[in-house]
Amino acid sequence: MQIFFQQVINGLSLGSIYALLALGYTMVYGIIKLINFAHGDIYMLGAFWGYYVINVWHFNFVLALLSAMVVCGLSGVIIEYLAYRPLRHSPRITALITAIGVSFFLENGMSYLFGSNARDFPQAVKQVNYNIGGVRISNIQLEILLTSCILMLILQLIIKRTKMGRAMRAVSVDNAAAELVGVDLNRTISFTFALGSAMAGAAGVMIGLYYNSIDPLMGLTPGIKAFVAAVVGGIGSVPGASLGGFLIGLLETLVQSIGLSAYKDAVVYVVLIVILLIRPMGIFGKNVKEKV
Amino acid sequence: MRKSAIKKLMGFGTAMMVAGILAGCSTAKTESKGNAAGNTIKIGVNMELSGAAAGYGNSQKQGIQLAVKEINKKGGINVNGKKKKITLIIRDNKTSTSTSASVAAQLVNKDKVNAIVGPATTNAGTAQIPNITKAAVPSVSPSATDPNYTLQKSGKVQPYVFRACYQNNFQGSTAAKFAYTNLKAKRVAILADNSSDYGTGLAKAFKKSYKGKITASQYFQEGDKDFNAILTSFKNKKIDAIYAPGYYSEIGLIIKQARQAGINVPIIGSDGMADPKLAQIAGSKSATNVYYTTPFSTRVANQNGTAKKFMTAFKNEYNEEAPTFSALAYDSVNMIKEAIENEKSADSVKIAEGLAKIKNFDGVTGKITIDSKHNAHKPIVVETLTDGKVSAATEIK
Repeated sequence: MQIFFQQVINGLSLGSIYALLALGYTMVYGIIKLINFAHGDIYMLGAFWGYYVINVWHFNFVLALLSAMVVCGLSGVIIEYLAYRPLRHSPRITALITAIGVSFFLENGMSYLFGSNARDFPQAVKQVNYNIGGVRISNIQLEILLTSCILMLILQLIIKRTKMGRAMRAVSVDNAAAELVGVDLNRTISFTFALGSAMAGAAGVMIGLYYNSIDPLMGLTPGIKAFVAAVVGGIGSVPGASLGGFLIGLLETLVQSIGLSAYKDAVVYVVLIVILLIRPMGIFGKNVKEKV
Repeated sequence: MRKSAIKKLMGFGTAMMVAGILAGCSTAKTESKGNAAGNTIKIGVNMELSGAAAGYGNSQKQGIQLAVKEINKKGGINVNGKKKKITLIIRDNKTSTSTSASVAAQLVNKDKVNAIVGPATTNAGTAQIPNITKAAVPSVSPSATDPNYTLQKSGKVQPYVFRACYQNNFQGSTAAKFAYTNLKAKRVAILADNSSDYGTGLAKAFKKSYKGKITASQYFQEGDKDFNAILTSFKNKKIDAIYAPGYYSEIGLIIKQARQAGINVPIIGSDGMADPKLAQIAGSKSATNVYYTTPFSTRVANQNGTAKKFMTAFKNEYNEEAPTFSALAYDSVNMIKEAIENEKSADSVKIAEGLAKIKNFDGVTGKITIDSKHNAHKPIVVETLTDGKVSAATEIK
């Protein structure tokens, strides 16, 4: 039983990272129907920014987290402006391929500039382990869970309660109509990229602190897993992405705990296929019929 | 699966060779076999400088460049009384088998190199074999450890393929012996890197020769960061030790997370862990009761003149401790130098002959002898980490 609860804790801390990343995918997809494959690499940028400011400018953890969110938000906006905006009216496949190109550019650019070795992340928060009835949980795990939940709540508030959020929802339903009623399309899309990328930046710093190891290719696998999480939860849906993230985290942990670690990635992709076959719109997705 | 892929590749290679021979018939070859030496000796480097294995590839590049710099500073390699400098041609294979094959073709056909150092990984290394064999140019891989890497499908040795490292069976069985005899571990869990021939090969070799009970074998992928689930599942298995063959980037995390989860049993690994970065990633407090098999020990190095000189030179050049990969790559270049000097010729075919005859070569990673299967034989040590520092080195005979 202890082991079971320990595994649940493991699954939740892994899942919260996938959830934070999945939010970025889902928001961008919801607005411009683009799967932003460079999203995982923004997360890597966040981790490297955290590494840099903690080591060089001696920021504390909170400051590093916030500054990483700002920097990643900005780089998300810049990427959108330079790479995706000129392609807004091209076929979707063009934008998709561009996203893969941006991803390669970021990965190899960082490898070129900073080397591809794994480096150790500065331990800005001293680790303390709590023992609750035989279940071990560290303060860093708690922090990750808590920060992710707070960030997701804030995001939900922004989308549901602010004017910008309303604009975002309007654009995601019909961007032409939104533009007609006075929504500034470019600004809304930029804002969406900023929000999603800021979440990824936060995830990057937290992962750096938790695992103590960062490298330029660190965004690759989590990026794909988070994409699966977004699809499972229902791509375009914010609560769906959070739930999908936690589900994938728990599922992966479960598969490893019963001794099938060699198949953990396979199981995640099998779930993706099953969901796509049975409920293509995902758990929370709305089944929108196209009107002719 | 891996094996069948390699077999397919080899089959493809043979087909290419046959095609090459047939093509040769029609154009009536006039030149002799291999690349003859010009005014300088050209050494090609086919290396993983980007992609998944770039970390190891770049360490090896540093070792290669240092070796070449030192040789050229002394006027070059003595070829039958005449000193010739080395020209280094470095090309990136992007950790991809198809790129490795085309890089090799470019090096041997266009650049006309006399010998090749690299690639770092078995997969990329196997992919270059057809092209270099056709051109009769030898290659020394600093770190391709798969037992079959230097062998043809029929079991005969590949004439132009050499390595400077151990093969997996030797290292895996040494670790098994060490775990059972020295650590008295009767129950071991295996946690191996499933994404390389290195990790799976070592796990297989360990399983074959370990006398105790293996309670669990689990696998991870290169780039994985979360091992908590696997480690938690080890907790109620009453294990005496964990055998974790792989590279420092993942094993460092495994050590950190195991200690954090309250698993304090010895963790045994392989030479992919022999890097100062291991303790940095694991945290020096966690990196205790950790053992790994390695040809190159910084501790033993202090008693060995060649290694000591290399360590100081490396530190002066790059401002960091020399990782094992750099030491192996440094040795690879010097093995080629030794072969050229012994054969008194820098023609590629002669270099291959010389490499096969290397005996008791005084390398940084120990006294190297190349056996009939082109494997490097040298002493092996088990290093012990305590608080992130090497506290003991045991030689295993």
